[in-house]
Amino acid sequence: MASMRDIKRRKGSIQSTQQITKAMKLVSTVKLQRAKQRAEQSQSYFTGMYQTVQKMLAKTGNIDHPYLRSTGSDKKLVIMITSNRGLAGGYNSNVVKLITQGDFEKDKVMVTAIGKKGKDAMVRMKYELAGDYSDMIEEPTYQNAMDIAKEALDIYARQEVGEIYLAYTHFKNTVVHEPVLMKLLPVEPGIDTGVQEGDNIPMNFEPREEEALALLIPKYITSLIYGGMVEAVASENGARMQAMDSATSNAEEMISDLTLLYNRARQGSITQELTEIIAGAQAIS
Amino acid sequence: MADERFFELEIITPDRVFYKGQVTMVEFNTTEGEIGIYPGHIPLTVIVKPGVLTITGEEKKEAALHTGFATILQDKVTIMAETVEWPEEIDLRRAEAAKERAETRLREGKTDTDIARAETALLRAMARIKTIK
Repeated sequence: MASMRDIKRRKGSIQSTQQITKAMKLVSTVKLQRAKQRAEQSQSYFTGMYQTVQKMLAKTGNIDHPYLRSTGSDKKLVIMITSNRGLAGGYNSNVVKLITQGDFEKDKVMVTAIGKKGKDAMVRMKYELAGDYSDMIEEPTYQNAMDIAKEALDIYARQEVGEIYLAYTHFKNTVVHEPVLMKLLPVEPGIDTGVQEGDNIPMNFEPREEEALALLIPKYITSLIYGGMVEAVASENGARMQAMDSATSNAEEMISDLTLLYNRARQGSITQELTEIIAGAQAIS
Repeated sequence: MADERFFELEIITPDRVFYKGQVTMVEFNTTEGEIGIYPGHIPLTVIVKPGVLTITGEEKKEAALHTGFATILQDKVTIMAETVEWPEEIDLRRAEAAKERAETRLREGKTDTDIARAETALLRAMARIKTIK
């Protein structure tokens, strides 16, 4: 049996770890509330934008536009949204896995990283890095998304890549977050969302469809990136909250086990001492 | 049945729902010129150019609308705006400084992109100033 002092020291260290995980859980709960609210607020813009562009594509049919067909390059750009800090369970590694274990060939991929953890993982595995916007994930603004989208579109326009993907964690609700890989460019008419009311009204465009699309698609990409960032922040805090919650309860369990062990050891040492005293007294008399 | 003089207007930005309500008319600037919409307009999608947005409903409201696009249906108008501000959110001094900056850049601008960028900056600043006054 370990000595009493060892057990006590171990218990103390677990207790202070538990305090940290408890505090982190509280912080991420508060942050989650805020991030969730933001994600919900941007949701209507996100879906509105998606629907408009999809409707437009469905109605305009086959327009020959660079944004709608591949540039011919077989390289792919992945915009990857992770977090700057760890201790969030599988949050970061799940996004990394989307890229490393997907259908991507390593030397055909360029990564634009938003989030230090993802960037570090990709650099370690020697992926080509096209850009790093890690400081933006703390407080994502629409302006940030515009900058990222602009650079990605520039790379696309220079024909360095043929496809652009977005890898982020979709925030379904507080406990469910799904890593998602989404194709941004070339824009593909999505899965049919079903016939909606007013869908058969012929839509007119001013300026012409081609020009309208050229103006709209950068906005569309920007809004998707922004939505991805906002959702990723909410997911990150949700994941961290869960991870810290289970860490706290694990610590709780270990502490109660150690307390039991400690008490047993204490009792043992008292009994032993008593036996020794009694034995000594008997020997004298 | 809703009153025929009214239609639904929704203005959405990435951060919030900026405006939602029943209105009789809405006016703003598009790439093809100024546009005023009454109920029963033909379905149309337009791209927004910086300018003053005027909402006429129960009361008249003005805002500075910078970029985005609008989807017009017979009984509903949705404006997806990247930036839109109420007059009280605008910093007049900043707008005037931006206007001056854009004007000097227009005079000295060399490349086409410089000029194009300065032009939009000027339009934005002017829209802000006009909204306040």
